[in-house]
Amino acid sequence: MSENRGILIYAQLSRNSEVVGVVAELASEAQKLSAKLDNEVISAVLLTDGTNIDNIKENLKNSGFDRVYVIKNEKFKEYSTDVYSKTIINLVSEIKPAIMLFGATTQGRDLAPVVAAALNTGLTADCTKLDINEKGQLAATRPTFGGNLMATILCKNYPQMATVRPKVLQVENIQVKDTEFIEKCVGPDCLNSRTKIVEFIQNIQEAGVTLSDADVIVAGGKGVKNEKGFSQLKELAGLLNGVVGATRGAVDMGLADSSMQVGQTGKTVCPKLYIAVGISGAIQHQVGMCGSKKIIAINSDEKAPIFDIADVGIVGDLNLIIPELITELKNRG
Amino acid sequence: MKIVLCIKQVPDTADIKWTENNTIQREGLESIINPFDTYGLEAALRLKKENTDVEIVSITMGPPQAENVIRASLSLGVDSGFVISDRKFAGADTIATSTTLAGAIKSKISDVDLIICGQFAIDGDTAQTPAMIAQKLGYSQITYVKEILSVSDNKITVKKEVEDGIEIIESDLPCVLSMIKPDYNLSRPLINGFKYAQEAKVPYYSMEDIGLLPDSVGIKGSPTYVSKAFRPEQKQGGEKIKAESSKDAVKIIMENINV
Repeated sequence: MSENRGILIYAQLSRNSEVVGVVAELASEAQKLSAKLDNEVISAVLLTDGTNIDNIKENLKNSGFDRVYVIKNEKFKEYSTDVYSKTIINLVSEIKPAIMLFGATTQGRDLAPVVAAALNTGLTADCTKLDINEKGQLAATRPTFGGNLMATILCKNYPQMATVRPKVLQVENIQVKDTEFIEKCVGPDCLNSRTKIVEFIQNIQEAGVTLSDADVIVAGGKGVKNEKGFSQLKELAGLLNGVVGATRGAVDMGLADSSMQVGQTGKTVCPKLYIAVGISGAIQHQVGMCGSKKIIAINSDEKAPIFDIADVGIVGDLNLIIPELITELKNRG
Repeated sequence: MKIVLCIKQVPDTADIKWTENNTIQREGLESIINPFDTYGLEAALRLKKENTDVEIVSITMGPPQAENVIRASLSLGVDSGFVISDRKFAGADTIATSTTLAGAIKSKISDVDLIICGQFAIDGDTAQTPAMIAQKLGYSQITYVKEILSVSDNKITVKKEVEDGIEIIESDLPCVLSMIKPDYNLSRPLINGFKYAQEAKVPYYSMEDIGLLPDSVGIKGSPTYVSKAFRPEQKQGGEKIKAESSKDAVKIIMENINV
């Protein structure tokens, strides 16, 4: 029987020193897991330079953490694989959690494998479901094989680690606790970084959110045909406080930037509403967007596979429908 | 400068067929180079075009037919390559795979400056192996790299794509890069490439050849194991409406976008 106990969650901060959304999702899920593990302690590890610290603490308290390990250093101002991973490896070696979870963000997926490799333990990537099995092990389920197969994965070493896809788990029934904040020092050997961010170029669409954070995505495929079509999608997205996405086909045609691509060789998104315009719905595209809460598809080809997964499918001419939809939304103000 | 290129042969996951028992039909499933590895390959070739002293070694771990992806890389301009193949490697998770690849690199390739991998493999989709190779070799790493901007004797500068934009990152060498889809087009095979690729010697190395022990590779060296694999619930499409007019279509959409 292992001496490892408790669930540790990486409290990732955004560039503006706010706790990213997936942390609350993980905390909420951890409460369910903990209930099946004799209420083991749920902790967060926070690496901060001190900016916005009161709000961060308030956020973590409201997310239901029992304990937060606060490690403060000005070096944590910007993310570095070296500095962050070494600090977390030290903490994990000290507190010995049974489970450690990260959001499957670009940062989480950069950091977690380095930590797992250093600790020689298993890491299950980009999970969409977590559970505790009858033996008290973490059972982490994830899509694999291009979304064609689901696999439930167990780990025989500790901590059992997983990255979890943002916006999939629900935040519900949070028990706010009297969170204990424990200050930890960072080891001097942790502070050397071999990488440096020399420049950051922000690229967020007019709604001020990223493709991965957006609640509404209006995505265009080859059926949109030209730049004028895409500028209409942009206008539509703007009216819905959403952002524009694209298929690989549309990106390859030069109609959209590759940072907008949704699907296997692009991004995975889970918005509340996904409007697929002129998208046939190849499996490579579906795997990146099928987790959307509601899918509306507009396509002139009634045999398009997108209709197999759309909640609402409209067989019609997008060149007529989109402009009218824009007018209607404008009229309603 | 010496570049190691990690490539993987994967089944074409866009073309999956199911057997009656709800398992994936492996027969007749076409094998391709993992698309993300072609982005890595292209990045390496571009460096070679700009710098005459670049040497690229491509490596793959897999069954003997994985030799095909090594020969394909040679036809595009990679200098040499080898296959790491052993029945004992079967069932490897990302920890065991990275141990094997790191072991092969350490024992068979000297003076490595840069390791280039694809960010994801489309069959496993874990995106973990490159980061784990970096950790095991003690190299720095940069993930989600869209483009290599410049390389000098001991530094590399790249463009990394993150959720909210682009970071320009500088790293010491040696370094492991994980590549995502670039904005430029990929190269076509060289005129002399096919001949070179056909005639080149592609060695095979076993577990013993790269100096690893059975406990660190394959199923034995894997902390994780699959307890259950199943077909995902198919999302059922809702109503499909043939709009009589665009006005009808707009009405239906308006009723459905109140989120």
